[in-house]
Amino acid sequence: MSTLHTVNKSPFSTQSLLSCINHAKDGDAILMIEDGVYGAAAGTGVASVVAEKAGAIKFYVLAPDLAARGIDTSRLLDGVEAVDYAGFVALAAEHDRAQAWL
Amino acid sequence: MEDGIKKFLYVNRKAPYGTIYALEALEVVLIGAAFDQDVSLAFLDDGVFQLTKGQNTDGIGVKNFSPTFRALGDYDVNKLYVERESLEERGLTEDDLQEIMYEDEDDDWAEKPSIRIISRAEMADLMHDQDVILSF
Repeated sequence: MSTLHTVNKSPFSTQSLLSCINHAKDGDAILMIEDGVYGAAAGTGVASVVAEKAGAIKFYVLAPDLAARGIDTSRLLDGVEAVDYAGFVALAAEHDRAQAWL
Repeated sequence: MEDGIKKFLYVNRKAPYGTIYALEALEVVLIGAAFDQDVSLAFLDDGVFQLTKGQNTDGIGVKNFSPTFRALGDYDVNKLYVERESLEERGLTEDDLQEIMYEDEDDDWAEKPSIRIISRAEMADLMHDQDVILSF
């Protein structure tokens, strides 16, 4: 039993990513989409929080949203995997429920 | 899951008047109450501000919908989980929240509180225990 969490806000404007991480269980997945993808880059103020949980929680980021914002996948934090829309669908199918952190 | 009854959790993470999320969540809960599901509400982060006492919106020209929470018991919605850490981070305690009661039909209609204060870890468990999560 596991949950797919989605985060669609920048971690620099809301607490959504932090709150999501604080409520996710081991084995869950967190997918960053829309402005949420800013949380997937290396070298930011939230990078250590994500890196600390990567492993117990799987982190994904939606590639088209990254590309739209000019973030190359080479700048992603270690442990964050880029997925396309089909990958998003696959994640939704693999988990028992989805929870949006708005 | 029995008899097609699913566990629904409505997650409230927004303060009441700055955006429309909180009011819309309450509307959806009231609509959803017609479907006889196992409904819980979660209040965390700024969502805990929705339940504070003493709200008065006379000066801002919008409806004060906080009294509506007290009607939820009549729709068999009587599990309102509030996260303790979110209260503490905002300088609030349970005493700052309005009293919301329901009548327990399995206990001779005894009046009981609908608000249950739980820890962040318990909130994570609650979320993990649901069939459907609706976020606002």
